[in-house]
Amino acid sequence: MNHKLERLYSHFIYRYLPLTVLLLFIMIPFYWTINTSLKHEANITKMPIQYLPTPATLENFILSWNNVGFSIFFRNSMFIALATVLIVLILSILAGYAISRFQFKGKNAFMLLLLCTQFVPGAMLLIPLFMQFKAMSLTGTHLGLIITYSAFQLPFNAILMSGFIRGIPEALEEAAEVDGCNRLQAIYHVILPILVPGLVATSVFTFIGAWNEFLFALMFITKKPLFTLPVGLSYMQGEFDINYGALAAGSVIALVPVVILFSYVQKYLVQGLGAGAVKG
Amino acid sequence: MSVFINKKWRPYLFIAPSVILLVGFLFYPIANVFVLSLQNYNPAKPYANGFTGFDNFVQIFTNDKIFYSTLSISLKWVLSEVVLQLILGLILALLLNQTFRFRGLARAAAFLPWAISGVITATMWSIMFNEHFGVINDLLKKIGIISQNIAWTASPDTAFGSIVTAELWRGIPFFAITLLAAMQNIPGELYESCKVDGGGRWRSFFSITLPYLKDTIVLTTLLRAVWEFNNVDLIFTMTGGGPANMTMTLPMYIANQAIKSNNYGYGSALTVIGVILLTLFAALYLKFSGFGKEE
Repeated sequence: MNHKLERLYSHFIYRYLPLTVLLLFIMIPFYWTINTSLKHEANITKMPIQYLPTPATLENFILSWNNVGFSIFFRNSMFIALATVLIVLILSILAGYAISRFQFKGKNAFMLLLLCTQFVPGAMLLIPLFMQFKAMSLTGTHLGLIITYSAFQLPFNAILMSGFIRGIPEALEEAAEVDGCNRLQAIYHVILPILVPGLVATSVFTFIGAWNEFLFALMFITKKPLFTLPVGLSYMQGEFDINYGALAAGSVIALVPVVILFSYVQKYLVQGLGAGAVKG
Repeated sequence: MSVFINKKWRPYLFIAPSVILLVGFLFYPIANVFVLSLQNYNPAKPYANGFTGFDNFVQIFTNDKIFYSTLSISLKWVLSEVVLQLILGLILALLLNQTFRFRGLARAAAFLPWAISGVITATMWSIMFNEHFGVINDLLKKIGIISQNIAWTASPDTAFGSIVTAELWRGIPFFAITLLAAMQNIPGELYESCKVDGGGRWRSFFSITLPYLKDTIVLTTLLRAVWEFNNVDLIFTMTGGGPANMTMTLPMYIANQAIKSNNYGYGSALTVIGVILLTLFAALYLKFSGFGKEE
């Protein structure tokens, strides 16, 4: 009996207490944002502070979606993120395939090129990339952002994809080639269907990266109808009279797609990210 | 013959689009920033534009007080973020590596901030840090730690701590994820034999877990240090570098030069200094940490 108590005590001290503290720290901001987004505007600033939204209302969501412009920001972010995903998917399949299947001169140089980009500081590209896009008349367009995000997201995902492709036996494509396919057809008909988990993981990482990016979107886009969600959120906080209810609602709107996608891929993270990308 | 050529060039056709994208939109601009750094370039003052040699650098090193303060604030920012994130991330990984009920759910919840953008993180924490109706002031008053409301992000004493806390929230999962992944590669027999030898919880941690994680820790702290150094989104949204430049890191200063003052030449010179500092740091870090060497 005494032994059992000791065990219970040790589990409490070494497991449940620290776990609870850390999880509370992690969950409270989510709770508080949702709580704020569901309160009436007048109740947000009223004392004492409401720890539950009573009465709960959706007026903040309606306001931010219809009046502040989050329906437009949402559409812009969605378009940019999906276009980036498409480009990164195609390029990373081709590059990942070349890395894992072909022996060629310059392969190591190409791998080094991909790895180096992990150290390329994003904020440092702000000015030169802006000047370059200005010369190409791409500032103030979504295309400029799509190109930028594709360049940022490609290296990591190409390496990730090459790992997924290496896991598929090459005999499958050889058999398809015997049957009269060329290599691209073999990839399309044989590899892609098996590669679905890899495609999903790559797409989600790329989507989240493009969806979340702020600095370049702020620098390149100046017209409100072209804003992305992060720029819209930042813009709201720069206004003289901040509407906190609409701001919290806007945050929740921007959070929803990321949370859904993340909960789907988080199980890959521990397997894939650690083993593949970070340890090299 | 045409088949032979086709086969020989095939790999290059496969990687060509990637190479074009990366060279054209990552490496060319990096090279370009060196050229820009030698110019005076401000679209609002076209009459003054042109090559000025090392004038920008002379100005930065002899006349720019903000620049020197951005260096120490950047160092403080990177150190506090990487150290705190590593310690708490390691603790979280150790906790989530044990078996208990609802572990899958706990992992999913614990990792979630990893996917949240800097701007949303800043927004959520700004609402909680608000001086007048923020929940943090309310909670701290309830437990009696403070008696008066604090303007967390606007006061010089607390602004830096506020942005560190918010970024810490977003950064812990990165270490938790990568360290947990590395822990799963540690052979279980090692722990068994340590137990047989009478080693307890702490000994198995220091003699098995930590040595096994060393390379992962070296690489992830380096990646994280570079990443946190460049991290502007959250600071930009929460404090904008203020109050009185107390949270102005070097990249935040560069972003201000680019977005607010449009000093592209001067900003490029600051960028060049940043790139050189980062490269030096990464090289020294890998050299002195003995990355990849066997014990």
